[in-house]
Amino acid sequence: MARMKFLCDADRCIECNACVTACKNEHEVPWGINRRRVVTINDGKPGERSVSMACMHCTDAPCAAVCPVNCFYTTADAVVLHSKDLCIGCGYCFYACPFGAPQYPRVGNFGSRGKMDKCTYCAGGPETDGSEAEFVKYGANRLAEGKLPLCAEMCSTKSLLAGDGEIIAQIYKERVAKRGYGSGAWGWQTAYRETIAT
Amino acid sequence: MTTLIARIRILVAAIAVLIVAGLTTPAMSQQVNPTEQSIKEEQLLRELNRVQGRGSIPDVRSYTIEQPRGRDWREFHEVTLKWIGAIAILGMLGVLVLFFLIRGMVRIEGGRSGRTLVRFNSFERFVHWMTATCFIVLALSGLNISFGKELLLPWMGPEGFTTWSQWVKYAHIYLNFPFTLGVMLIFLMWIAWNIPSRGDVEWVKAGGGIVGHGHPPARRFNAGQKMIYWIVVLGGGAVAVSGYFLMFPFYATDIAGMQVAQIVHAVVAMLFVAAMLGHIYIGTIGMQGAFEAMGSGTVDVNWAKQHHSLWLQQQEAKGRVAPPAEGKMQPAE
Repeated sequence: MARMKFLCDADRCIECNACVTACKNEHEVPWGINRRRVVTINDGKPGERSVSMACMHCTDAPCAAVCPVNCFYTTADAVVLHSKDLCIGCGYCFYACPFGAPQYPRVGNFGSRGKMDKCTYCAGGPETDGSEAEFVKYGANRLAEGKLPLCAEMCSTKSLLAGDGEIIAQIYKERVAKRGYGSGAWGWQTAYRETIAT
Repeated sequence: MTTLIARIRILVAAIAVLIVAGLTTPAMSQQVNPTEQSIKEEQLLRELNRVQGRGSIPDVRSYTIEQPRGRDWREFHEVTLKWIGAIAILGMLGVLVLFFLIRGMVRIEGGRSGRTLVRFNSFERFVHWMTATCFIVLALSGLNISFGKELLLPWMGPEGFTTWSQWVKYAHIYLNFPFTLGVMLIFLMWIAWNIPSRGDVEWVKAGGGIVGHGHPPARRFNAGQKMIYWIVVLGGGAVAVSGYFLMFPFYATDIAGMQVAQIVHAVVAMLFVAAMLGHIYIGTIGMQGAFEAMGSGTVDVNWAKQHHSLWLQQQEAKGRVAPPAEGKMQPAE
């Protein structure tokens, strides 16, 4: 089985937000929740960078570790998923997540946040693959259909890469070798405890 | 004349073109790729320990895309806190069991006199028990968040444990209001008797009459009770304030602030639970005649003589000690 990862080559991101839109549309994500977002650092200044970020599906994920009801699980593809039936909306995963991935459908006063929602790597949830119940809670299950996450699949500049960590790291390395400089594998050190040697 | 003007115009235009070309050519020849020198992730993490920028969706919180500090909080929550809680609570239970085995119940010397006096009026008892019941529910529901997945989840099963945790989460979130009110009332109604005084030093030196067998004089509240009072007021205040930061996310703090609030909340709460175990022990099986102070509100005169001699003298002087009740003698325990 592959170890699925995301990699955003910030040198190519043009901040078009297509990944954000694709994700929202594909999974019919509720209003107010963005499983993926694009953030521009040093916006308008020389050397600005745009990075598309979502749940990175960490190795030894902190959200799963701190969850008081153990509602998280990791799939054979190393995708970090959770059960909305078990989530109590306490917000602890949100404190622990380095990427701000967990979000809640309601404002959250009095702890009435509702069930946590986050990027599923287009891999659904614990329900039967491709079922209606799965779609309503977690969105489409593209992985079960043999497809990769839609955000990366439709990235116009192929800045956002998704797939087996070793393969996408190789693609990135080839790019770096050709253009002569890296853009940093944003979030990799934090999520996977490794960077891509270039 | 017109041809001269036309020639000058051409000349001026030619010079202008040359100047513009002269200015731009050197810059063009350098061929710098501006994105090569772009901001790097490591640089931002080194400087701020977080990566944030500007986005185009309304949720400004999502503009922070990386915050590795969550790892430290995780370490605290999953390792440090569990040790603090286990040592404080199990340690206190162990000490109390050991103490009970060695010292046993502190009895009223000379037995009950049969004469009683009021120690806590009905309002004081109402506030005490309101705060106490809320505290017990809050403590158990809080401990469920910290230890539930180790202790309860295996035999409740995932669905059962989630249902239970959901309910106790609501209990935790709504019962904190009467608890906070109780802490504030406790602060106000007993502050007058809880200012540390010189007598407290003597009382502590004499072991409070519980470690040794002396009878250090005390006013309405002795040094040990004053300590409990300040633990409740300051500890209760700390858990309440830190708890409200967590209950109203993003009103006053960001994620980093909430991590700190959670650490304060959890550590103070664990120590609070341990301290209250000691309080419950002395108020029940640890001391004969103590529970009725908060139960019926009256205490035996001999109990008062033993533990609060100065207070008893004061109450006697005010004529607040009831005469012996005839035929209503309480049996010696």
